Amino acid sequence: MNKLQTASQIVAQLQDGMTIGIGGWGPRRKPMALIREIIRSDLKDLTIVSYGGADVGMLCAAGKVKKVIFAFVSLDFIPLEPYFRKAREQGQIEVTEIDEGMLLLGLRAAAWGCPFIPTQVGLGTDVITNNPDLKVIDSPYDDKEWVAMPALKLDAALVHVDRADERGVCRIAAPDHHMDDWFVRAANKAYVTCDELVTSDHFHAPEVSRQVFWERSLTTAVCHIPGGAHPSSCAPFYGIDNSHFLAYNKSAKDGGFTAYCEQFIDGKTEQEYQALFGGIDALRQIPQTSY
Amino acid sequence: MTATSYSLAELMICVAATAFENDGEVLATGIGVIPRLGASLAMSTTNPDLMMTDSEAYLLSEPNPIGTRSEDFVQHNETWMGFSRIFDNVWSRKRHAMIGPTQIDRFGQSNISALGSDYSQPKIQMLGVRGLPGNSISHANSFFVPNHSTRVFVAGECDVVCSIGFNPERMPKGYNNDDIDIRLVITDICVMDWQGPNHSLRLVSVHPGVTVAEVIEKTGFEIHIQENTPTTSAPTAEQLALIATFDPHNLRAKQLKDNPPGVRPVAS
Repeated sequence: MNKLQTASQIVAQLQDGMTIGIGGWGPRRKPMALIREIIRSDLKDLTIVSYGGADVGMLCAAGKVKKVIFAFVSLDFIPLEPYFRKAREQGQIEVTEIDEGMLLLGLRAAAWGCPFIPTQVGLGTDVITNNPDLKVIDSPYDDKEWVAMPALKLDAALVHVDRADERGVCRIAAPDHHMDDWFVRAANKAYVTCDELVTSDHFHAPEVSRQVFWERSLTTAVCHIPGGAHPSSCAPFYGIDNSHFLAYNKSAKDGGFTAYCEQFIDGKTEQEYQALFGGIDALRQIPQTSY
Repeated sequence: MTATSYSLAELMICVAATAFENDGEVLATGIGVIPRLGASLAMSTTNPDLMMTDSEAYLLSEPNPIGTRSEDFVQHNETWMGFSRIFDNVWSRKRHAMIGPTQIDRFGQSNISALGSDYSQPKIQMLGVRGLPGNSISHANSFFVPNHSTRVFVAGECDVVCSIGFNPERMPKGYNNDDIDIRLVITDICVMDWQGPNHSLRLVSVHPGVTVAEVIEKTGFEIHIQENTPTTSAPTAEQLALIATFDPHNLRAKQLKDNPPGVRPVAS
Protein backbone atom coordinates (compact mmCIF):
# COMPACT_ATOMS: atom_id res chain seq x y z
CA MET A 1 0.00 0.00 0.00
CA ASN A 2 1.39 3.38 -0.97
CA LYS A 3 0.55 6.03 1.66
CA LEU A 4 2.51 8.92 0.18
CA GLN A 5 0.65 12.24 0.19
CA THR A 6 1.53 15.91 -0.06
CA ALA A 7 1.28 18.25 2.92
CA SER A 8 -1.70 20.02 1.34
CA GLN A 9 -3.47 16.67 0.78
CA ILE A 10 -2.98 15.85 4.45
CA VAL A 11 -4.20 19.22 5.71
CA ALA A 12 -7.23 18.97 3.39
CA GLN A 13 -8.36 15.96 5.46
CA LEU A 14 -8.40 17.98 8.68
CA GLN A 15 -11.62 19.77 9.62
CA ASP A 16 -12.68 22.74 11.71
CA GLY A 17 -13.19 21.87 15.36
CA MET A 18 -11.00 18.74 15.31
CA THR A 19 -8.87 17.63 18.24
CA ILE A 20 -5.32 17.33 16.93
CA GLY A 21 -2.34 15.88 18.79
CA ILE A 22 1.14 17.05 17.85
CA GLY A 23 4.23 14.92 18.52
CA GLY A 24 7.70 16.06 19.59
CA TRP A 25 8.60 17.94 22.78
CA GLY A 26 9.11 21.73 23.16
CA PRO A 27 11.66 22.68 20.47
CA ARG A 28 12.37 19.07 19.40
CA ARG A 29 11.05 17.07 16.42
CA LYS A 30 7.87 19.04 15.75
CA PRO A 31 6.04 18.54 12.41
CA MET A 32 6.52 22.22 11.59
CA ALA A 33 5.99 21.91 7.81
CA LEU A 34 2.46 20.65 8.54
CA ILE A 35 1.96 23.45 11.06
CA ARG A 36 2.94 25.96 8.35
CA GLU A 37 0.52 24.25 5.94
CA ILE A 38 -2.30 24.54 8.52
CA ILE A 39 -1.49 28.24 8.98
CA ARG A 40 -1.88 28.70 5.19
CA SER A 41 -5.26 26.87 5.29
CA ASP A 42 -8.75 27.99 6.34
CA LEU A 43 -8.86 25.60 9.31
CA LYS A 44 -10.14 27.00 12.60
CA ASP A 45 -11.45 26.16 16.09
CA LEU A 46 -8.91 23.41 16.65
CA THR A 47 -8.25 21.76 20.00
CA ILE A 48 -4.51 21.13 20.23
CA VAL A 49 -2.92 18.47 22.46
CA SER A 50 0.83 18.92 22.71
CA TYR A 51 4.02 18.93 24.75
CA GLY A 52 4.08 22.40 23.34
CA GLY A 53 6.64 24.52 21.57
CA ALA A 54 6.37 26.85 18.59
CA ASP A 55 3.75 24.52 17.10
CA VAL A 56 1.27 25.72 19.75
CA GLY A 57 2.52 29.32 19.70
CA MET A 58 2.21 29.69 15.93
CA LEU A 59 -1.23 28.06 15.70
CA CYS A 60 -2.49 30.33 18.51
CA ALA A 61 -1.02 33.41 16.84
CA ALA A 62 -2.60 32.43 13.53
CA GLY A 63 -6.05 32.22 15.15
CA LYS A 64 -6.44 28.49 14.51
CA VAL A 65 -6.93 27.45 18.12
CA LYS A 66 -10.03 27.21 20.28
CA LYS A 67 -8.42 25.26 23.11
CA VAL A 68 -5.01 23.94 24.15
CA ILE A 69 -4.59 20.80 26.27
CA PHE A 70 -1.06 21.12 27.68
CA ALA A 71 1.38 20.72 30.57
CA PHE A 72 3.81 23.32 29.25
CA VAL A 73 4.49 25.43 26.18
CA SER A 74 8.18 26.32 26.00
CA LEU A 75 11.12 26.68 23.67
CA ASP A 76 13.44 25.43 26.49
CA PHE A 77 16.31 27.88 26.05
CA ILE A 78 13.64 30.57 25.66
CA PRO A 79 11.50 29.41 28.59
CA LEU A 80 8.28 31.25 27.72
CA GLU A 81 6.78 30.69 24.27
CA PRO A 82 6.03 34.28 23.16
CA TYR A 83 2.84 33.77 21.14
CA PHE A 84 1.28 31.25 23.50
CA ARG A 85 1.98 33.76 26.26
CA LYS A 86 0.23 36.50 24.28
CA ALA A 87 -2.79 34.32 23.55
CA ARG A 88 -3.15 33.43 27.24
CA GLU A 89 -2.57 36.93 28.58
CA GLN A 90 -5.15 38.32 26.17
CA GLY A 91 -7.62 35.59 27.17
CA GLN A 92 -7.96 34.40 23.57
CA ILE A 93 -7.93 30.65 24.14
CA GLU A 94 -9.48 28.03 26.38
CA VAL A 95 -7.08 25.73 28.19
CA THR A 96 -6.95 22.38 29.93
CA GLU A 97 -3.70 22.56 31.87
CA ILE A 98 -2.59 19.18 33.22
CA ASP A 99 0.58 17.45 34.42
CA GLU A 100 2.99 16.05 31.79
CA GLY A 101 2.36 12.52 33.05
CA MET A 102 -1.42 13.00 33.04
CA LEU A 103 -1.21 13.94 29.37
CA LEU A 104 0.64 10.67 28.74
CA LEU A 105 -2.02 8.72 30.68
CA GLY A 106 -4.79 10.44 28.69
CA LEU A 107 -3.16 9.36 25.43
CA ARG A 108 -2.69 5.82 26.77
CA ALA A 109 -6.34 5.63 27.86
CA ALA A 110 -7.39 6.63 24.36
CA ALA A 111 -4.97 4.13 22.82
CA TRP A 112 -6.25 1.32 25.04
CA GLY A 113 -9.94 2.14 24.65
CA CYS A 114 -10.37 2.98 28.36
CA PRO A 115 -12.62 5.91 29.38
CA PHE A 116 -10.02 6.96 31.97
CA ILE A 117 -6.94 5.87 33.89
CA PRO A 118 -6.83 6.42 37.67
CA THR A 119 -3.84 8.34 39.00
CA GLN A 120 -2.85 10.24 42.11
CA VAL A 121 -1.24 12.91 39.92
CA GLY A 122 -3.02 16.25 40.21
CA LEU A 123 -4.45 15.69 43.70
CA GLY A 124 -4.09 18.68 46.00
CA THR A 125 -3.25 21.07 43.13
CA ASP A 126 -5.05 23.60 40.94
CA VAL A 127 -5.04 21.05 38.12
CA ILE A 128 -8.19 19.80 39.85
CA THR A 129 -9.72 23.18 40.73
CA ASN A 130 -9.01 24.78 37.33
CA ASN A 131 -10.46 21.82 35.39
CA PRO A 132 -13.99 21.21 36.73
CA ASP A 133 -14.53 18.49 34.11
CA LEU A 134 -11.69 16.45 35.60
CA LYS A 135 -13.32 14.00 38.02
CA VAL A 136 -11.91 12.78 41.32
CA ILE A 137 -13.36 9.38 42.21
CA ASP A 138 -13.37 6.80 45.00
CA SER A 139 -11.52 3.55 44.46
CA PRO A 140 -13.27 0.19 44.76
CA TYR A 141 -10.02 -1.21 46.21
CA ASP A 142 -8.78 1.33 48.78
CA ASP A 143 -9.94 4.29 50.85
CA LYS A 144 -8.17 6.97 48.84
CA GLU A 145 -9.51 9.28 46.17
CA TRP A 146 -8.06 9.15 42.66
CA VAL A 147 -8.01 11.45 39.65
CA ALA A 148 -9.85 9.82 36.74
CA MET A 149 -7.68 11.06 33.86
CA PRO A 150 -10.00 10.87 30.83
CA ALA A 151 -8.94 9.45 27.48
CA LEU A 152 -7.57 12.14 25.18
CA LYS A 153 -9.07 10.87 21.94
CA LEU A 154 -7.50 12.55 18.95
CA ASP A 155 -9.14 13.02 15.58
CA ALA A 156 -5.66 13.29 14.11
CA ALA A 157 -2.04 13.04 15.19
CA LEU A 158 0.73 14.92 13.39
CA VAL A 159 4.30 13.67 13.94
CA HIS A 160 7.69 14.11 12.30
CA VAL A 161 10.16 11.22 12.04
CA ASP A 162 13.62 10.99 10.55
CA ARG A 163 12.85 8.11 8.19
CA ALA A 164 9.78 6.36 6.80
CA ASP A 165 8.87 4.17 3.85
CA GLU A 166 5.84 4.62 1.60
CA ARG A 167 3.92 1.91 3.50
CA GLY A 168 4.07 3.95 6.72
CA VAL A 169 6.87 2.18 8.58
CA CYS A 170 8.43 5.00 10.61
CA ARG A 171 11.78 5.17 12.38
CA ILE A 172 12.81 7.62 15.08
CA ALA A 173 16.60 7.39 15.43
CA ALA A 174 16.75 10.48 17.65
CA PRO A 175 17.75 9.74 21.26
CA ASP A 176 14.12 10.06 22.35
CA HIS A 177 10.92 9.28 20.44
CA HIS A 178 9.10 11.30 23.15
CA MET A 179 5.39 10.38 23.32
CA ASP A 180 4.95 10.13 19.54
CA ASP A 181 3.91 6.48 19.67
CA TRP A 182 1.13 7.36 22.13
CA PHE A 183 -0.05 10.30 20.01
CA VAL A 184 -0.26 7.94 17.03
CA ARG A 185 -2.08 5.24 19.03
CA ALA A 186 -4.53 7.77 20.54
CA ALA A 187 -5.53 9.11 17.12
CA ASN A 188 -8.18 8.15 14.62
CA LYS A 189 -5.77 9.15 11.82
CA ALA A 190 -1.99 9.60 12.09
CA TYR A 191 -0.16 11.77 9.57
CA VAL A 192 3.62 11.50 9.42
CA THR A 193 6.19 13.72 7.79
CA CYS A 194 9.69 12.31 7.32
CA ASP A 195 13.08 13.81 6.65
CA GLU A 196 14.14 10.86 4.52
CA LEU A 197 12.01 8.49 2.46
CA VAL A 198 13.57 5.02 2.50
CA THR A 199 12.85 1.63 0.95
CA SER A 200 11.58 -1.15 3.20
CA ASP A 201 14.95 -2.92 3.41
CA HIS A 202 16.14 0.07 5.48
CA PHE A 203 14.40 -1.49 8.51
CA HIS A 204 15.80 -5.03 8.22
CA ALA A 205 18.66 -4.65 10.71
CA PRO A 206 17.48 -5.40 14.28
CA GLU A 207 18.99 -2.21 15.71
CA VAL A 208 17.00 -0.22 13.13
CA SER A 209 13.69 -2.06 13.61
CA ARG A 210 14.11 -1.46 17.38
CA GLN A 211 13.68 2.23 16.51
CA VAL A 212 10.23 1.67 14.95
CA PHE A 213 7.71 2.42 17.71
CA TRP A 214 4.35 1.68 16.10
CA GLU A 215 2.98 -0.66 13.45
CA ARG A 216 2.43 0.68 9.94
CA SER A 217 -1.32 -0.09 10.21
CA LEU A 218 -1.53 3.00 12.44
CA THR A 219 0.10 5.32 9.90
CA THR A 220 -2.55 6.95 7.71
CA ALA A 221 -0.28 8.90 5.38
CA VAL A 222 3.39 9.72 4.86
CA CYS A 223 4.73 12.97 3.45
CA HIS A 224 8.38 13.32 2.51
CA ILE A 225 9.60 16.76 3.63
CA PRO A 226 13.38 16.98 4.21
CA GLY A 227 13.93 19.59 6.94
CA GLY A 228 10.22 19.46 7.81
CA ALA A 229 10.84 19.86 11.56
CA HIS A 230 12.71 23.17 11.20
CA PRO A 231 13.14 25.32 13.32
CA SER A 232 12.75 22.47 15.83
CA SER A 233 15.35 19.68 15.76
CA CYS A 234 15.34 16.32 14.01
CA ALA A 235 18.28 14.30 15.29
CA PRO A 236 20.45 12.90 13.81
CA PHE A 237 19.99 15.27 10.85
CA TYR A 238 19.86 18.73 12.44
CA GLY A 239 19.63 20.45 15.81
CA ILE A 240 17.39 23.20 17.19
CA ASP A 241 17.77 26.44 15.15
CA ASN A 242 18.44 28.73 18.12
CA SER A 243 19.03 31.81 16.00
CA HIS A 244 15.71 31.37 14.23
CA PHE A 245 13.89 30.89 17.52
CA LEU A 246 15.51 34.07 18.84
CA ALA A 247 14.24 35.96 15.79
CA TYR A 248 10.82 34.32 16.19
CA ASN A 249 10.76 35.37 19.85
CA LYS A 250 11.75 38.90 18.90
CA SER A 251 9.03 39.06 16.24
CA ALA A 252 6.41 38.85 19.00
CA LYS A 253 7.64 42.22 20.27
CA ASP A 254 8.42 43.89 16.95
CA GLY A 255 6.20 43.18 13.96
CA GLY A 256 4.01 40.48 15.48
CA PHE A 257 3.00 37.21 13.87
CA THR A 258 1.66 38.88 10.73
CA ALA A 259 5.15 40.11 9.90
CA TYR A 260 6.66 36.70 10.77
CA CYS A 261 4.13 35.00 8.49
CA GLU A 262 4.77 37.37 5.61
CA GLN A 263 8.49 36.66 5.88
CA PHE A 264 8.42 32.90 6.41
CA ILE A 265 5.03 31.27 5.76
CA ASP A 266 2.52 33.10 3.54
CA GLY A 267 2.52 31.84 -0.04
CA LYS A 268 5.80 29.96 0.40
CA THR A 269 6.67 26.38 -0.42
CA GLU A 270 8.95 24.50 1.99
CA GLN A 271 11.79 24.90 -0.52
CA GLU A 272 11.24 28.67 -0.63
CA TYR A 273 11.08 28.73 3.19
CA GLN A 274 14.31 26.76 3.51
CA ALA A 275 16.04 28.93 0.90
CA LEU A 276 15.76 31.79 3.42
CA PHE A 277 18.19 29.82 5.61
CA GLY A 278 20.51 28.66 2.79
CA GLY A 279 18.51 25.58 1.78
CA ILE A 280 18.32 22.06 3.17
CA ASP A 281 22.10 21.50 3.11
CA ALA A 282 22.73 24.52 5.34
CA LEU A 283 19.84 23.55 7.59
CA ARG A 284 21.37 20.12 8.13
CA GLN A 285 24.55 21.75 9.41
CA ILE A 286 22.74 23.06 12.52
CA PRO A 287 24.48 21.25 15.42
CA GLN A 288 22.69 19.22 18.09
CA THR A 289 22.31 20.89 21.50
CA SER A 290 24.48 19.50 24.30
CA TYR A 291 22.81 19.81 27.69
CA MET B 1 39.98 21.83 54.10
CA THR B 2 37.58 24.78 54.04
CA ALA B 3 38.15 27.10 51.10
CA THR B 4 38.87 30.75 51.87
CA SER B 5 37.49 32.18 48.67
CA TYR B 6 34.32 30.96 46.96
CA SER B 7 31.32 32.40 45.20
CA LEU B 8 27.76 32.41 46.50
CA ALA B 9 26.82 30.13 43.60
CA GLU B 10 29.47 27.63 44.74
CA LEU B 11 28.18 27.80 48.30
CA MET B 12 24.65 27.09 47.04
CA ILE B 13 25.92 24.17 44.92
CA CYS B 14 27.50 22.60 48.01
CA VAL B 15 24.30 23.05 50.02
CA ALA B 16 22.32 21.59 47.11
CA ALA B 17 24.61 18.54 47.24
CA THR B 18 23.69 17.94 50.89
CA ALA B 19 20.04 17.58 49.87
CA PHE B 20 20.89 14.34 48.03
CA GLU B 21 23.41 12.76 50.39
CA ASN B 22 21.04 10.47 52.31
CA ASP B 23 18.80 9.61 49.37
CA GLY B 24 20.20 6.19 48.53
CA GLU B 25 19.61 4.86 45.02
CA VAL B 26 17.28 7.43 43.44
CA LEU B 27 17.25 9.56 40.31
CA ALA B 28 18.63 12.99 41.22
CA THR B 29 17.14 15.65 38.94
CA GLY B 30 18.52 19.15 39.37
CA ILE B 31 16.80 21.60 37.02
CA GLY B 32 19.08 24.56 36.30
CA VAL B 33 22.83 24.93 36.59
CA ILE B 34 23.18 25.20 40.40
CA PRO B 35 20.80 22.31 41.29
CA ARG B 36 22.35 20.11 38.58
CA LEU B 37 25.88 20.83 39.80
CA GLY B 38 24.71 20.10 43.36
CA ALA B 39 23.37 16.70 42.28
CA SER B 40 26.59 16.03 40.31
CA LEU B 41 28.70 16.90 43.34
CA ALA B 42 26.64 14.61 45.58
CA MET B 43 26.89 11.73 43.10
CA SER B 44 30.68 12.08 42.92
CA THR B 45 31.21 12.41 46.68
CA THR B 46 28.66 11.69 49.41
CA ASN B 47 26.21 9.46 47.49
CA PRO B 48 27.69 7.44 44.61
CA ASP B 49 24.44 5.39 44.45
CA LEU B 50 22.56 8.33 42.90
CA MET B 51 21.31 8.07 39.34
CA MET B 52 21.36 10.96 36.87
CA THR B 53 20.31 11.55 33.26
CA ASP B 54 21.98 13.43 30.43
CA SER B 55 18.91 15.76 30.46
CA GLU B 56 17.86 14.15 27.22
CA ALA B 57 17.43 10.38 26.93
CA TYR B 58 20.05 8.34 28.80
CA LEU B 59 20.83 7.45 32.39
CA LEU B 60 24.51 7.97 33.20
CA SER B 61 26.87 6.15 35.56
CA GLU B 62 28.73 9.40 36.09
CA PRO B 63 27.47 12.97 35.57
CA ASN B 64 28.20 14.80 32.31
CA PRO B 65 30.12 18.07 32.53
CA ILE B 66 27.63 20.85 31.83
CA GLY B 67 27.54 22.63 28.43
CA THR B 68 29.44 21.98 25.21
CA ARG B 69 31.80 18.99 25.42
CA SER B 70 34.74 18.03 23.22
CA GLU B 71 34.05 15.98 20.08
CA ASP B 72 35.75 12.89 21.52
CA PHE B 73 33.79 12.99 24.80
CA VAL B 74 31.94 9.72 25.41
CA GLN B 75 29.21 9.91 28.03
CA HIS B 76 28.84 6.97 30.40
CA ASN B 77 25.39 5.63 29.49
CA GLU B 78 23.87 2.88 31.59
CA THR B 79 20.36 2.70 30.15
CA TRP B 80 17.93 4.49 27.86
CA MET B 81 15.77 6.92 29.81
CA GLY B 82 13.50 8.79 27.41
CA PHE B 83 10.78 11.10 28.70
CA SER B 84 8.01 8.48 28.74
CA ARG B 85 10.20 6.32 30.99
CA ILE B 86 10.92 9.26 33.30
CA PHE B 87 7.28 8.98 34.38
CA ASP B 88 7.73 5.29 35.18
CA ASN B 89 10.60 6.41 37.42
CA VAL B 90 8.56 9.26 38.96
CA TRP B 91 5.68 6.93 39.81
CA SER B 92 8.11 4.36 41.28
CA ARG B 93 8.99 7.14 43.78
CA LYS B 94 12.74 6.59 43.30
CA ARG B 95 13.50 10.22 42.55
CA HIS B 96 14.43 13.52 44.18
CA ALA B 97 13.93 16.65 42.09
CA MET B 98 15.26 20.13 42.83
CA ILE B 99 13.58 22.93 40.92
CA GLY B 100 13.31 26.72 41.12
CA PRO B 101 9.66 27.81 41.44
CA THR B 102 8.53 31.39 40.83
CA GLN B 103 6.29 31.31 43.92
CA ILE B 104 6.38 29.26 47.15
CA ASP B 105 3.71 29.63 49.87
CA ARG B 106 3.54 28.79 53.58
CA PHE B 107 2.17 25.31 52.82
CA GLY B 108 5.17 24.40 50.65
CA GLN B 109 3.00 24.68 47.55
CA SER B 110 4.76 26.10 44.49
CA ASN B 111 3.98 27.79 41.18
CA ILE B 112 5.66 27.80 37.76
CA SER B 113 2.45 28.07 35.72
CA ALA B 114 1.09 31.61 35.65
CA LEU B 115 0.80 34.80 37.71
CA GLY B 116 -2.32 36.84 38.40
CA SER B 117 -5.74 36.32 39.95
CA ASP B 118 -7.68 35.58 36.74
CA TYR B 119 -6.75 32.11 35.49
CA SER B 120 -8.62 32.60 32.21
CA GLN B 121 -6.43 35.60 31.43
CA PRO B 122 -3.24 35.50 33.52
CA LYS B 123 -1.18 38.61 34.06
CA ILE B 124 1.92 36.61 33.14
CA GLN B 125 1.73 33.21 31.49
CA MET B 126 4.78 31.20 32.50
CA LEU B 127 5.66 27.57 31.76
CA GLY B 128 2.55 25.65 32.76
CA VAL B 129 2.37 23.14 35.61
CA ARG B 130 4.82 20.81 33.79
CA GLY B 131 5.52 17.72 35.94
CA LEU B 132 5.09 19.38 39.35
CA PRO B 133 1.73 17.84 40.30
CA GLY B 134 3.11 14.34 39.73
CA ASN B 135 6.53 15.01 41.23
CA SER B 136 5.08 16.50 44.40
CA ILE B 137 2.78 13.58 45.21
CA SER B 138 5.22 10.89 44.09
CA HIS B 139 8.70 11.61 45.42
CA ALA B 140 11.06 13.93 47.31
CA ASN B 141 11.35 17.53 46.16
CA SER B 142 13.61 20.43 47.09
CA PHE B 143 13.45 24.07 46.04
CA PHE B 144 16.12 26.40 44.74
CA VAL B 145 15.55 30.17 44.97
CA PRO B 146 18.19 32.49 43.49
CA ASN B 147 16.44 35.67 44.72
CA HIS B 148 14.94 35.24 48.19
CA SER B 149 12.14 37.83 48.43
CA THR B 150 8.49 38.30 49.36
CA ARG B 151 7.72 38.00 45.63
CA VAL B 152 8.85 34.36 45.77
CA PHE B 153 7.81 33.51 49.35
CA VAL B 154 4.30 34.91 48.97
CA ALA B 155 2.01 35.99 51.79
CA GLY B 156 -1.07 34.22 50.44
CA GLU B 157 -1.42 31.01 48.44
CA CYS B 158 0.43 30.62 45.14
CA ASP B 159 -1.52 32.08 42.20
CA VAL B 160 -1.57 28.62 40.60
CA VAL B 161 -0.90 25.74 42.99
CA CYS B 162 1.21 23.41 40.82
CA SER B 163 2.55 21.11 43.57
CA ILE B 164 0.83 19.60 46.58
CA GLY B 165 2.03 20.80 49.98
CA PHE B 166 0.96 20.68 53.61
CA ASN B 167 -2.32 22.55 53.12
CA PRO B 168 -5.04 20.86 55.21
CA GLU B 169 -7.79 22.32 53.02
CA ARG B 170 -6.34 20.65 49.93
CA MET B 171 -5.25 17.35 51.49
CA PRO B 172 -6.87 14.58 49.42
CA LYS B 173 -9.02 11.90 51.01
CA GLY B 174 -6.82 9.12 52.38
CA TYR B 175 -3.68 11.30 52.52
CA ASN B 176 -1.83 13.04 55.34
CA ASN B 177 1.29 15.17 55.72
CA ASP B 178 3.51 12.07 55.88
CA ASP B 179 2.66 11.37 52.23
CA ILE B 180 4.24 14.67 51.16
CA ASP B 181 8.05 14.81 51.07
CA ILE B 182 9.34 18.38 50.70
CA ARG B 183 12.98 18.69 51.69
CA LEU B 184 15.34 21.66 51.54
CA VAL B 185 14.80 25.21 50.34
CA ILE B 186 18.13 26.68 49.26
CA THR B 187 18.18 30.43 48.61
CA ASP B 188 20.80 33.09 48.02
CA ILE B 189 20.66 34.07 51.72
CA CYS B 190 19.84 30.91 53.69
CA VAL B 191 18.88 27.25 53.91
CA MET B 192 15.43 26.20 55.15
CA ASP B 193 13.33 23.05 55.48
CA TRP B 194 9.69 22.21 56.30
CA GLN B 195 10.30 20.72 59.75
CA GLY B 196 8.82 23.63 61.75
CA PRO B 197 5.59 23.08 63.73
CA ASN B 198 2.91 21.48 61.45
CA HIS B 199 5.45 21.29 58.62
CA SER B 200 5.94 25.05 58.53
CA LEU B 201 9.02 26.58 56.95
CA ARG B 202 12.01 26.48 59.32
CA LEU B 203 15.30 28.31 59.08
CA VAL B 204 18.24 25.86 59.05
CA SER B 205 21.22 28.16 58.47
CA VAL B 206 22.05 31.61 57.17
CA HIS B 207 24.79 32.19 54.59
CA PRO B 208 27.94 34.01 55.80
CA GLY B 209 27.19 37.68 56.54
CA VAL B 210 23.38 37.30 56.42
CA THR B 211 21.26 38.06 59.49
CA VAL B 212 18.16 36.19 60.66
CA ALA B 213 16.29 39.52 60.55
CA GLU B 214 16.98 39.80 56.81
CA VAL B 215 15.52 36.33 56.21
CA ILE B 216 12.38 37.23 58.16
CA GLU B 217 12.02 40.51 56.27
CA LYS B 218 12.36 38.85 52.86
CA THR B 219 9.90 36.01 53.58
CA GLY B 220 6.21 36.86 53.06
CA PHE B 221 4.97 34.51 55.79
CA GLU B 222 6.02 33.34 59.22
CA ILE B 223 9.17 31.29 59.34
CA HIS B 224 10.11 29.14 62.33
CA ILE B 225 13.37 30.36 63.91
CA GLN B 226 15.36 28.30 66.40
CA GLU B 227 17.85 29.68 68.89
CA ASN B 228 21.40 30.19 67.65
CA THR B 229 20.86 29.71 63.92
CA PRO B 230 24.15 28.40 62.50
CA THR B 231 26.02 29.78 59.52
CA THR B 232 25.97 27.70 56.33
CA SER B 233 29.15 25.61 56.08
CA ALA B 234 31.73 26.86 53.61
CA PRO B 235 32.73 24.66 50.64
CA THR B 236 35.96 22.69 50.86
CA ALA B 237 38.79 23.09 48.35
CA GLU B 238 38.06 19.53 47.16
CA GLN B 239 34.42 20.41 46.50
CA LEU B 240 35.39 23.52 44.53
CA ALA B 241 37.80 21.50 42.41
CA LEU B 242 35.11 18.92 41.61
CA ILE B 243 32.56 21.63 40.79
CA ALA B 244 35.05 23.12 38.32
CA THR B 245 35.41 19.76 36.54
CA PHE B 246 31.61 19.45 36.17
CA ASP B 247 31.32 23.08 35.01
CA PRO B 248 34.33 23.69 32.73
CA HIS B 249 32.68 26.72 31.05
CA ASN B 250 32.02 28.39 34.44
CA LEU B 251 28.29 28.69 33.78
CA ARG B 252 27.84 28.88 37.57
CA ALA B 253 29.28 32.40 37.46
CA LYS B 254 26.28 33.51 35.36
CA GLN B 255 23.51 32.16 37.60
CA LEU B 256 23.32 34.92 40.22
CA LYS B 257 23.35 38.64 39.42
CA ASP B 258 26.93 39.99 39.49
CA ASN B 259 28.21 36.59 40.73
CA PRO B 260 28.57 37.67 44.38
CA PRO B 261 31.16 36.17 46.75
CA GLY B 262 30.08 33.45 49.21
CA VAL B 263 30.97 35.59 52.20
CA ARG B 264 29.00 38.82 52.00
CA PRO B 265 31.32 41.83 52.42
CA VAL B 266 30.65 43.90 55.54
CA ALA B 267 28.91 47.16 54.60
CA SER B 268 31.24 50.12 55.03
